[in-house]
Amino acid sequence: MSDSSVAVEHTPELRHHFADMEQQRNAASLGMWLFLGTEIMFFGGMFCAYLIYRLAYYNEFAVASRTLSLPIGTINTAVLICSSLTVALSVRAAQLGKQKLVIVLLVLTLLFGLAFLGIKGYEWREKFVEHHIPGSSFSFDEAMPGHPEAKIDPRHAQIFFSLYFAMTGMHALHMIIGVGIFAVLILMAWRGRFTPEYHTPVEIGGLYWHFVDIVWIYLFPLLYLIDRHK
Amino acid sequence: MAEHILSSKLYWAIWAILICLTVVTALVARVDLGWFNPVAALLIATGKATIVVLFFMHVKYTSEKLTTMVIVSALFWLLILLALSLADYSTRPIS
Repeated sequence: MSDSSVAVEHTPELRHHFADMEQQRNAASLGMWLFLGTEIMFFGGMFCAYLIYRLAYYNEFAVASRTLSLPIGTINTAVLICSSLTVALSVRAAQLGKQKLVIVLLVLTLLFGLAFLGIKGYEWREKFVEHHIPGSSFSFDEAMPGHPEAKIDPRHAQIFFSLYFAMTGMHALHMIIGVGIFAVLILMAWRGRFTPEYHTPVEIGGLYWHFVDIVWIYLFPLLYLIDRHK
Repeated sequence: MAEHILSSKLYWAIWAILICLTVVTALVARVDLGWFNPVAALLIATGKATIVVLFFMHVKYTSEKLTTMVIVSALFWLLILLALSLADYSTRPIS
């Protein structure tokens, strides 16, 4: 075995069932992409339910959507885009072996993630105050735009808010998991585990983070931007 | 090492485009374009998602065809889910 034709120097990072670091990196990346494929289907089911009910109760969805805060939604989108930038830069810093910069950028990502969750929590609290949480205390006393006498059926508005909480809630759960992943990455970076040859955890953790960002990129227009011009 | 290291300038440019598109989509939603409003919102979102995948997630620079195949098939399955479900629900009333 020792005089195998593939003479590879086995570093502690290279698992024995891989021929070289590049193959190991590609395998890890492919595994993450497969997982993200399942995540697309997971969120896809909720997006599908959303589309079906939006087509069925378009006016109710539009009125309910307008009760969400557009400035807060836009700011939160920007916060996530900033976090994606710091992730991308941290992967680059790891590729270049700039260990301190990796830690700084990972910490920044974590802070952006927490800021997003904080803003989201503030929004959810507002929904509580307004009784827009689906359930027995749900109340929705809004009329069709331009028709003050035509009240919205609260049951249909409740479907919008059920989907809103299911989708933003699942997204927030992914953010919380992402914050946990990045806390571990910061710890590993702190211990000097990442080198230009080996930084796969930063890379695939980054893929996960970007995916969660993409989910929000779709949630923002679908939930916040229905019929905003009325 | 076949790894492609992009310049930080490129990442900042992508970030600027994404922020601009976010502002644009919020502003466009305030203009009455009729049926084009949701189309514009989804086109902008898809544009943003595409550049995140290509540049931030390095898919444009990957030599691994398997990655591309996984992404394309995942999107194809999503299309099946959405197209067949909507074809069903949009052609009969919800009771």
